[in-house]
Amino acid sequence: MVTLNQPTVIQPPAPAGPCLDAAELGVRGVNERLRQLPPGSAVTVTSPGGRHNLAVALAAELAVTIDGPAGYYAGGLGQLATVTVHGPAGWGAGENLMSGEVRVRGDASQSAAASAHGGLVVVEGNASLRAGISLKGATLAVAGDAGAFCGFLAQAGTILIGGNAGEALGDSLYEAVIYVAGTIRSLGADAQVEELSAADVATVRDLVRRTGFRHIDPENVTRVGSARQLYHFSGQHHAAY
Amino acid sequence: MPPTDPAPLPLNHTFPPEVVADIQQRAGLGRYQIRGMGARRALPTFDDLLLLTASASRYPLEGYREHCATRTVLGARHAAEPVVLDIPVTIAGMSFGALSAAAKEALGRAASEVGTSTTTGDGGMTAEERAASKTLVYQCLPSRYGFNPDDLRAADAVEIVLGQGAKPGGGGMLLGQKVGPRVAGMRTLPEGVDQRSASRHPDWTGPDDLRIKIEELREATGWRIPIYVKMGATRVGHDVRLAVAAGADVVVVDGMQGGTAATQDMFIEHTGIPTLAAVRLAAEALADLGPAGEVQLIVSGGIRTGADVAKALALGADAVSLGVAPLIALGCNAPSYPGTDGAPVDVTGEYAAMGTAPGYCAGCHTGRCPVGIATQDDRLAGRLDAGLGAEQVANYLRSLVMETAMLARACGKSDVHRLEPEDLVALTVEAAAMARVPLAGTSWIPGWPS
Amino acid sequence: MCGIVGLQLRDQAQQGRLGELIAGMLGQVAERGPDSAGIALYGDTSLAPPGQAVVSALAPEPPSTVLAGVLRPLLPGADVTVTEVADVRVIAAPVPQPRLTAAVRAALPNAPLLGTGPDLAVLKGVGDPAELAAAFGLAGRTGYQAAGHTRMATESAVTVAHSHPFSAAPGMCLVHNGSFANHDTVRRRLRAEGMSFDTDNDSEVAAAFVASRLAAGDDLGQALRSVCRAFDGFYTLLVTTPAELAVVRDAIACKPALIAEGDGWVAMASEYRALSGLPGIAAARVFEPAPGEVYLWSR
Repeated sequence: MVTLNQPTVIQPPAPAGPCLDAAELGVRGVNERLRQLPPGSAVTVTSPGGRHNLAVALAAELAVTIDGPAGYYAGGLGQLATVTVHGPAGWGAGENLMSGEVRVRGDASQSAAASAHGGLVVVEGNASLRAGISLKGATLAVAGDAGAFCGFLAQAGTILIGGNAGEALGDSLYEAVIYVAGTIRSLGADAQVEELSAADVATVRDLVRRTGFRHIDPENVTRVGSARQLYHFSGQHHAAY
Repeated sequence: MPPTDPAPLPLNHTFPPEVVADIQQRAGLGRYQIRGMGARRALPTFDDLLLLTASASRYPLEGYREHCATRTVLGARHAAEPVVLDIPVTIAGMSFGALSAAAKEALGRAASEVGTSTTTGDGGMTAEERAASKTLVYQCLPSRYGFNPDDLRAADAVEIVLGQGAKPGGGGMLLGQKVGPRVAGMRTLPEGVDQRSASRHPDWTGPDDLRIKIEELREATGWRIPIYVKMGATRVGHDVRLAVAAGADVVVVDGMQGGTAATQDMFIEHTGIPTLAAVRLAAEALADLGPAGEVQLIVSGGIRTGADVAKALALGADAVSLGVAPLIALGCNAPSYPGTDGAPVDVTGEYAAMGTAPGYCAGCHTGRCPVGIATQDDRLAGRLDAGLGAEQVANYLRSLVMETAMLARACGKSDVHRLEPEDLVALTVEAAAMARVPLAGTSWIPGWPS
Repeated sequence: MCGIVGLQLRDQAQQGRLGELIAGMLGQVAERGPDSAGIALYGDTSLAPPGQAVVSALAPEPPSTVLAGVLRPLLPGADVTVTEVADVRVIAAPVPQPRLTAAVRAALPNAPLLGTGPDLAVLKGVGDPAELAAAFGLAGRTGYQAAGHTRMATESAVTVAHSHPFSAAPGMCLVHNGSFANHDTVRRRLRAEGMSFDTDNDSEVAAAFVASRLAAGDDLGQALRSVCRAFDGFYTLLVTTPAELAVVRDAIACKPALIAEGDGWVAMASEYRALSGLPGIAAARVFEPAPGEVYLWSR
């Protein structure tokens, strides 16, 4: 089990299709041009400089490479497209993703994959607080550590953490399932450790294959799910918070 | 001297019958009371304001002959396609889930008929509502149930919800009996669970980060449509300024009288400020901030009549939004529903079984709505005829606009948006202070330096 | 409603670039706070000569020559220097700090004092942060440490007094992103203990609280842990003294914060793009502070 506390060494991307210079075009200019590309196009966004809202709401099979740090909501509200950030990403990487993939080849800031419905969000570094918050069916895979409140209010989908999970993991979990390869600092309200089944192992093995996270042993992860004690109102439940 | 009648029982104002009943219910229930609708108790409202119409020094327009414009444009600040309405009255966000699909459709059809918008709710956009509603505002709530980019692109405006008047600081709520298969599917929840939404957005907190979120939604919609920001009325002046600084094109302020389909009674009655106070605070914050008319104000929370609408506009709102009232027009709290042969079917007994009566019901949270509006039970929902309901709501909205225009004309205004605070006086000291208009018969505005 | 940035240059060779680097960082958080800005500069010897008392005052009038003329008789025998930086007057003299502070208060009874203490100059202004940075000549300034703040205003009359940083003790500065929920009560308690306040701003209460804990004998780490216990709200705080730079977030941590430890420097910012211009950022250790933990670097 590997804990990635060092920044991932980023290989420069192979030039992919035409380049859109974010410094020259601005975010609005970049996104307008991305929206006009025909399905199947590949393009690189250069000089992203940590700008927010790059490649949001894409709706075609595009391969977008962001060559540097991205700000908030990189690849958010997307479908069908693959967005790769060669650097760290800010809050809400892949937020509300519907399908396709958002891959961060560095660390992701808070709320990675927030409310994502489908597709795959991959973080090759660490994810900070609230990774997978309000998840609605997508898959979030983090190679390194996840900060506190990971999976908060996660309703459906899968979270895989290759490193350690912070405080209050899976607080108020609904039907999403969390797999942790490392240690868990503490569980959140209504979250419980569950037995790992053969189906779980197969799920994790498949995820390892898709993400390339070979440091994760599918048979050696902890499964966390909802105890379902907070699904219905009761005066006694207030003590749980 | 023997009393001829039994002596009247003395009323204990601290523990009146309602409070006694409430305490007894909690002793049995073990938790807080949950209910629908808005604040029940008597509050300073628009009823406490009066319009100063024509006199020797102010001349009216002819009520039926001379034009009084009601066209309302919202969100022209950044959007390529602002929202253009025929009237200054809109229908507020109410979720599919809280309401039946037919109810949402009826509201949409009525709004299209009279030239205004409806708003989705905490459950996402239904195909019925998008098809029925000519102008549809799409809410982005803390829960993000059903929120998706396709519906976003199909919307005519986006409303980012920080909170609502009934429960500012509390999240949405839908009890298990209303989380049926379709609702559960749209909200990605297990069927039958007691849904309690988050009270904060998952990916931003605070106006500095809201600014970035607003930009994301603009990017996602190609800068085409307006972005509204809706808040429950608490620290109104401060909050309106922050919303504008964050980039809102339209600010929606929902006073404490605002309704809900389900929340804790304690929230409804004890949080937020009356709409009467909120309007003036919001209007003055906007006026203070920048060029007139750059950011529009919509107010909601207990709007019932054309008089309410006229007074809200006079105090500075650009439009009002209604939730409870159109539902009542639709049949909420009616003693019967229209039977298939046209004869009304009496349901007073069903209200009684819920412990209430027509005119007093706030049982939206139970899903047992006898007229098929606030329910997911197919048998009950089938009682609502969307076409008939749409006609009723359209009639009501038309009557509101006619009243508003009539009052505006009586004040000499050729456009309802020209109503101004100086057209108003107050009946009570509280209303005068809250609305910042003089107490009738005086030049005194309590609470403000003269 | 704000952006915050901080930089401590531990390697003396880099200290010539302090102003240039902090100006770049400030520019990258201007969008979060477009209406006013403030900077705390430590170790700019042209403003704060080593070993001297320093006071920064917001006083567009009178001109500095006149002000110097008023101050000298109040501090006989001392060589008083007054430097004009936009509307701020940075006054230095080789006298004990309380004497200089008292003299400046007497000479400028209506001017808000922005900061006092050794090594520290505080510059604040209203307007676009990039324009303010230019007016302050920030890019050319030097020193060992800086903290900066950009503000999103909520009142039409944007006043400098409400801007951060707040300096409630000599040499100490606090910048804040977020919002407290019970600061009125904390302010009342501090007032009862004898502290006074220039504004109704919630951040000023946090600064005063830290100052009161330091005066009671806490070290900065203990004082910031006390903040976490005493205050409700969502906040990222950056606090500096001539010897330290510290960062803390509340236990729920919904306001952004990033820390970068580079070769010979440590930096903090609300957004990553504010760090992206720092030398060697690609190799720096970048991380987000955990909720409720104090991170502190001493020189």
